[in-house]
Amino acid sequence: MNSSVNNSGAGKGVGVHPALSAEGIIKRYGGTHALRGVSVSFQRGEVHAIVGENGAGKSTLTHILTGALRADAGSITLDGVPVTLRDPLEGQRLGIRMVHQHDTLVAHLSVTENILLGQLPRGRRSGLIDWAAAHRRAQSVLDEIGYPHFELRALASTLSAAKRQIVEMAKAVSVVPQVLILDEPSASLAHQDIERMYTFVRRLRDHGTAIVYISHRLDEIFELADRVTVLRDGAVTGSLAVANTDKAGLVRLMVGRDIQDLFPQRSMRDPRVALSVRDLQRHGAFEGVSFEVGEAQVVGMYGLVGSGRTEVARCLFGADPLGSGTITWQGRPFAPRSPGDALRAGVALLTEDRLGDGLVRGMSVRDNAALASLPRDCRWGVLDRSRQRHRVDAQVRDLAIRPTNIERDVATLSGGNQQKVVLAKWLLAEATLLILDEPTRGVDIAAKRDIYEVIGRLVDAGTSVLLISSDLPEVLGMSDRILVMREGRIAGAFDRGEANEERLLSCASGLLH
Amino acid sequence: MLKALSNRWAPASGLPLNLQNLVPVISFLALLLAGSVFTEVFLTERNLSNLLRQTVANGLISLGMLIVILTGGIDLSVGAVVALGGVLYAGLTDTLGIVPALLMAVLAGAVAGLINGIVIARFRLQPFIVTLATMGIVRGVVFIYTESPISPAHPAFRALGSALLGPLSTGMLIMLACYLLAGLYLNRTAIGRATVAIGGNVEAVRLAGVNVPRTITVAYAISGLLSALSGAILVSRLGIAQPSLGAAYELDAIAACVIGGAVLGGGGGSVTGTLFGVFTLGIINNLLNLLGVKSFYQDIVKGSVIILAVLLVARKKRA
Repeated sequence: MNSSVNNSGAGKGVGVHPALSAEGIIKRYGGTHALRGVSVSFQRGEVHAIVGENGAGKSTLTHILTGALRADAGSITLDGVPVTLRDPLEGQRLGIRMVHQHDTLVAHLSVTENILLGQLPRGRRSGLIDWAAAHRRAQSVLDEIGYPHFELRALASTLSAAKRQIVEMAKAVSVVPQVLILDEPSASLAHQDIERMYTFVRRLRDHGTAIVYISHRLDEIFELADRVTVLRDGAVTGSLAVANTDKAGLVRLMVGRDIQDLFPQRSMRDPRVALSVRDLQRHGAFEGVSFEVGEAQVVGMYGLVGSGRTEVARCLFGADPLGSGTITWQGRPFAPRSPGDALRAGVALLTEDRLGDGLVRGMSVRDNAALASLPRDCRWGVLDRSRQRHRVDAQVRDLAIRPTNIERDVATLSGGNQQKVVLAKWLLAEATLLILDEPTRGVDIAAKRDIYEVIGRLVDAGTSVLLISSDLPEVLGMSDRILVMREGRIAGAFDRGEANEERLLSCASGLLH
Repeated sequence: MLKALSNRWAPASGLPLNLQNLVPVISFLALLLAGSVFTEVFLTERNLSNLLRQTVANGLISLGMLIVILTGGIDLSVGAVVALGGVLYAGLTDTLGIVPALLMAVLAGAVAGLINGIVIARFRLQPFIVTLATMGIVRGVVFIYTESPISPAHPAFRALGSALLGPLSTGMLIMLACYLLAGLYLNRTAIGRATVAIGGNVEAVRLAGVNVPRTITVAYAISGLLSALSGAILVSRLGIAQPSLGAAYELDAIAACVIGGAVLGGGGGSVTGTLFGVFTLGIINNLLNLLGVKSFYQDIVKGSVIILAVLLVARKKRA
C-alpha cells in the first residue's frame, strides 16, 4: 500500500502526543446544543469506540473531526499540532479518513474510479489516465482489506449495499490514514464480511493508525475496541478502557438520565384493538411482522437504525408498496395503495426526516400545516382562507408553536417548532392512527415536553399511536406496550411494567432473545 | 382582487417592500422613463396600445409556463402548441364560425398539454425531454394540417386580437381575465396550493395524501390550453395563420417567468411577478424596435436582461 501521507508533516512527535485530539468542542444548531464541550483523544495503535444513542452527538463529532463541519468553539490537535479543518479535503490531506455509513460513492463510476477518486494515476508523458495502473492500484487496496476477487469494472450502482460498504472502506484506505473513522461500518455487512473488516482494522491498528469506531452494537465494542467513550446529549459521560467495563456499565452511561417528569400521566385502559397487523412482509425490508395497536393506546417500536421500523411504518401508510400479509384497521381490511388512501382511512405518518419529506421549505406555516387537509378548507371548490386561518391558528395555540405568525416561512422556525408544524398537519387531517417516526429527533427538551403532552391528550381522546423511536427514555415513558425490531423482525414485545432500558437495548442488539 | 393575485409563496414576514423586492419595480419604471426620454413615439397612445396587443401572446404562454415551472417542470412545446391553436382557429373559422373554432383550438391545446402531463407524471419522465419531443410532434401535426398560411374570410375573424373595448383589446382583456383566474387557481384552490407546494418538496406533498400525478398533469394541460388560446388571439391579430408560427416562443415565456422571480426547478414564482416579467420583456422589445435596433442585437440585450434577472433572484435567495 501507498504511504504518501506519512510525509505530510503531521508525523512529528509520534508516540508523545495522541494522533488526534479534540478539546472542548461545542456545536449548536440554532437553539439546540449538539455538542456541549466534548474532549476526547485518540491514540495511535488503538481502536477507540464511540457509543451513544441517536442524537447523542456522535455524527456531529465525527463530522467536526473530518472537517465536514466547523465547531463553534474548541480546538483540534493532530500529533500535538493545532489544526483548523476547513473542509474534508483538508482533513484528508492531513491523513484523517472516514468510512461513511451513508453512501458516498458515485453511482455511475466504476469500483476502481470510486476507490481512487481524485487520485487516478496518470501517464508521466501523456498526462492521460493510466487505466491499467489504476486497476492495479485499486486491486492492491482491495487485496489489503481482504477482497482479492472484486469486480473492479462494475459500476457502483450495480453493487449490493454490502459491496458498496466494502468499496467505501477501500476508498478510505487507498492511502494509509493517520486516523481512520468508521461510522457504523458493520450496519450493512454480513457476518463473514464483518470478520474480514475486523481483521483489517486490527492490522491497520497494529500498523499505527488511530481508529475511531462508531457503533450501536455493544458486542463489537468488546470484540474490537481498546477504549470506549460514551456520549450522551452532546457530552462525554465516560471514557474508559474496554477491559475495565461491561455492557451493563456502558448502557447505564448511555441512557442514565432522569426525565420521567417529561412524560404525561395517562390513565391506562383496557384497549379495544384498533389496528391489527398479521405476518406483514416485504422482501429485503421486514418479514413476519405481527402486532396490534389498541384504541387510545401508545405502542412503542424500538430498534436500531436499519432494523425495518421505518419500512413497516411507510407500508402501513401506503407510502411504499405493500408486500404480503394482512392489516385490519377499525374492523375492516386495510390495504392502502397511496398516502391518500391511508389518510382517508384516518391513518397518518409523521416521517423521521422532517426537512426531507415533512415540510415544504419556502412556504408558510399555514400552507404547510394545511397541506394534508386542503379539501376541508374549501367551500364550493374555493379555499376559504379565513376558515383555514382559524383551523391553523387553533393548532398553533394547542401545540404552542412559536412564533405564532402563521404566514412565516416554515424554514425560519426552530427544529422543535418545525416538528410541531408537521404534527399540526396530521392533526388537522384528523388522523385516528398516528404513526410517529422519531417525533422528537433533533428537538429541544421544551418542545419534546410539548409534543409528549399533545400525544398524551390525543391518546386520552381515543387516538391510537404507533411511536417509533431510538430514544429509550421516550419509548419507555410514552408507551403502553413496546415492540423491539431487529433485522426486519419483531424480536421482542414487552408490557409497560416489564420493560427497562437494559432489556430493550439487549433485545435490539441481539443479546436477548 | 389584487389580494388574490398577491404572492403567497413569499412569507409575509418582515417588511413587504424591502429594497430587493423593489428592484424589478424600479427597473420597470426606469424602462418607461428611458422610453419616453429616448424616443418620441413611445408614450403615444398608438404605440402603447400596440405594445399591449403585442404583449398578449407571450402573456398567455408565460402564465401557463409559470404553472408548470411551479411544479418543478418546464414546457418546451408551447411554441408548437401556439401554432396548433393558431392554424386550427384560422382553419375552422370559415366552416364552424368564430366561437366553435376557438373552442376547438383551445381544446386541442389542452389535449396536447394533457398528453405532456400524463407522460411526465405517470411515467416519471423528465419534462425537458418529453416536451422537447412533443414540440417536434405537435409542429409536425401542424404542418400536416396545413403547409400554407391560412387567411379566413370570416368578417369577425380579426376581432379576437384587434377589437378594442375601451382602451384595451379583446385579447388583452382575455389575458387579464386568465391572470385573475390563475391567481385564484394557485392561491384559492386545493389543487393550486398543491401545485405550488410540489415544486418545493414533492415527497412531502405526496405523503400529505395529495394526488401528485394528477396535479402535475393538470398543470401541463393548462399550459397547453393557454398556449393554444394565445395562438388563436395571435393569428386573429395578424390576420393570417402560418404553420411556422410560434417558433422559439418558449424562450420568451421562460424569460418572462424568470424575470418575474420564478425559480426553474420549482420553489418560487407568482402570477403578479410573471405579469411584471411579461410587460418588462414587452417594453424592452418595443423600445428596441422603436430605436431601430437590429434583431440580433435585440437578442443580445434580451439575453443579458435574463441573466441579470436570474442574478438578482440568486442574490435574494442567498440574502
